[in-house]
Amino acid sequence: MATIPLDQNQIERVKAIALEIAESVQEYIVNYSSDSVERTVLRLYGVDGVNEDGTPLPNRVVEKAREAGILEHGISPWFAKAMLISGRDEQVTAELLEQDQVDFSFDKNVTPADIHQKEGELANKAMEVLKATNSAKREKREKTPLPPNPWRYIIVATGNIYEDRTQAKSAVFSGADIIAVIRSTAQSLLDYVPYGPTTEGFGGTYATQANFRIMRDALDEAGLEQGRYIRLVNYSSGLCMAEIAACAAFEDLDMLLNDSMYGILFRDINMKRTFIDQYLSRLICAHADIIINTGEDNYLTTSDAVEAAHTVTASQLINEAMALKAGLPARLMGLGHAFEINPKIENAFLYELAHAQLARQLFPDAPLKYMPPTKYKSTDIFHAHCLDTMFNLASVTTDQGIHLAGILTEANHTPLMQDRFQSLGNINYVFNVAKDLGDEIEFKQDGFIAKRAQTVLDETEAFLNRIREKGLMESITEGGFAGISRPIDGGKGHGGVFAKSSDYSNPVMQLLENNNPNK
Amino acid sequence: MKQNIKPYGDTINDGIIQLSFTLPVEFGAKAKKAAELYVLKLNFDQVSVAHAEKIADDFTYFVVFAKAKPVLDYSTVVASEVKTVEMDFYQINDLIRKEFNRKISVVGATIGADAHTVGIDAIMNMKGYNQDYGLERYPEMNALNMGAQVTCEDLLKEALDKKADALLVSQTVTQKDAHIRNFTELIELLEAENLRSHFLLLAGGPRVTHDLAIELGYDAGFGPGTVPSRVASFIVTTLLKGRK
Ligand code: B12
Repeated sequence: MATIPLDQNQIERVKAIALEIAESVQEYIVNYSSDSVERTVLRLYGVDGVNEDGTPLPNRVVEKAREAGILEHGISPWFAKAMLISGRDEQVTAELLEQDQVDFSFDKNVTPADIHQKEGELANKAMEVLKATNSAKREKREKTPLPPNPWRYIIVATGNIYEDRTQAKSAVFSGADIIAVIRSTAQSLLDYVPYGPTTEGFGGTYATQANFRIMRDALDEAGLEQGRYIRLVNYSSGLCMAEIAACAAFEDLDMLLNDSMYGILFRDINMKRTFIDQYLSRLICAHADIIINTGEDNYLTTSDAVEAAHTVTASQLINEAMALKAGLPARLMGLGHAFEINPKIENAFLYELAHAQLARQLFPDAPLKYMPPTKYKSTDIFHAHCLDTMFNLASVTTDQGIHLAGILTEANHTPLMQDRFQSLGNINYVFNVAKDLGDEIEFKQDGFIAKRAQTVLDETEAFLNRIREKGLMESITEGGFAGISRPIDGGKGHGGVFAKSSDYSNPVMQLLENNNPNK
Repeated sequence: MKQNIKPYGDTINDGIIQLSFTLPVEFGAKAKKAAELYVLKLNFDQVSVAHAEKIADDFTYFVVFAKAKPVLDYSTVVASEVKTVEMDFYQINDLIRKEFNRKISVVGATIGADAHTVGIDAIMNMKGYNQDYGLERYPEMNALNMGAQVTCEDLLKEALDKKADALLVSQTVTQKDAHIRNFTELIELLEAENLRSHFLLLAGGPRVTHDLAIELGYDAGFGPGTVPSRVASFIVTTLLKGRK
């Protein structure tokens, strides 16, 4: 493939700075936990379901622990103790806790050793579940060969999971390799995971474990018909990053939108909460073989894609470093970027090639997630279709990994069945007619594209240096990414963050940290 | 005077329209015939099903050209748009200085669950839109942009606090008429508090028209491509009119 001459030392330098930045955040993370981390532990232990008001039991149990003033020790030992007291399984114990038939203070001579042993059992069982999903998926994928790069990724977003199923199947018929179910508006701000199959959503469909399962089954069926394995994507950004990762793992999802900073910037979620939650969510992804998709493309919806190109690269490097901290191998890192330059700029396509090629060379083993034009999509659908054609060409030429389908009606509405058909038709056409273009061309050594890539890399290095000096949290406070400034202790979900006590216990997290299957 | 019109292809009044749509039937001769008959039912003539293709089991996609029959008397069409004097940044600030002897206060927000800020930012933030400065840049204005996902209550609180002359409300998500509900909620709140006449109320967003805004009880509506100076000019001239 054609490459731009980049200084390997500089690449190593920027990666080292990013790692330092991630490490200083990590130092903070290890001392704190959050409500949603604890709820995730319960989910991994097998607690599911809702109470009469529709509140998920993991939420109820954690609330009770909080009220009892014991949460700082971790939910794990207390839940294990409650199980020993009740003598029942995880689910029933959670129900009994909810009904106040068992409580955390009640003690029937349960020794610390008993509790410790019970915790160990629960944690080991959780690890087995994650292992099982990992091998189930591998088996399915092995039956059908991987599609060539870039993979065709398309969204469904009707709000009704059953309608989504129909739409998804038609997209698979038109050539989609990956189906993403867009979440309902503002689900990321819900401090719980909704429950059961859902048919009413705004701008998308609720991410629930039941909905995951319905779509997984539909895609397995469609995949068998078409002779390819179809990957399923959902979102784990927001206030429930790790919980959704757990639900996704249980239902054999293949990818999750999962960014270390998106929630902070675009959803005004507290940054400590986000950093804490993303860590556990990524540990789960590493074990369940889930590719994370990061959200750098979003920066370019509020910032200019040329001026702010280096913030995308810097964020990719930080996301990569944090993913490494959580044990994700490069093949599970769908680092994000986008084709969002104002089409009125002369040579905009050359800039786009430079940016895409830079990302490709910085992360050679990562399945880069490439986002189509959205901001400058016109309501003239015919013109919008032209923009997508150029995007498709840039993607196939620079060998991107996860190719999000551009849709001609982007500026109009969430896609109709025929919009997906057009979109995939365009992709199929360009990917075929320009299949080996990237292997045939060379970038001029000191040409526009090479120089532009170098400029972005230089700006990235300078920017990362500034972040290292100030610290990542302070840099976000100052509006370094996407021009959006967020206070360290502001935002949603801050109340759910707490310092771990010295005897904090979370054995499943320890197992996740110490038994990385990708090593 | 009557002025009958029809869509134009290459000959006046040929009525040519291109359509594309999907029918929930399996591809085949029968599907094509169904598309033709359906378009005939829509009151078209000379229907030509140019393209038909299977896009899923039990779904067929069509591109159709056809000639429309009805004519429309253009002279009967009424549509409104915001009428305002064309003024630039300097003229508007001068006018405020001359006529008001105080700063004009405006508060803007995207209300409800809607998280889209780019539209309201384009109108309010310093940088502005399309080489046209945003309201925050106007020395004679106090402009506060509250961002997105603001509740109507918070917007009103801030508006009272800042003694706002005008409220700028943005809505982008229109699925299931979310924008109508949110716009209406604000009106209802203002009416319940007896404060509707306190403020100039401007609605904006990609699917907002002046007609829609008026229908919902706003003073004006601004759609795609709006530049800040137009909005500023509307606010200032309307406030002036209100005083006289
Ligand atoms: C950028 C973007 C985002 C960004 C927003 C970032 C941000 N901080 O704003 C992100 C990625 C966060 C996002 C999220 C979502 N988005 Co969005 N997004 C867009 C996109 C690509 C561009 C919108 C934009 O910025 N336009 C540029 C601005 C300048 O234009 P404008 O808003 O029309 O503003 C102008 C005028 O309308 C006017 N104006 C606007 N407001 C006001 C107010 C006043 C008072 C005045 C006077 C004038 C005025 O002046 C402006 C300048 O001329 C559009 C697609 C498109 N190309 O339109 C989808 C789009 C708007 N999004 C959509 C959806 C569905 C969503 C989500 C719900 C998806 C999901 N399920 O999660 C979420 C929203 C979550 C939520 N809670 O709202 C749909 C909306 C469909 C519909 N009609 O209901 C669209 C059309 C995409 C699609 N085809 O599905 N999105």
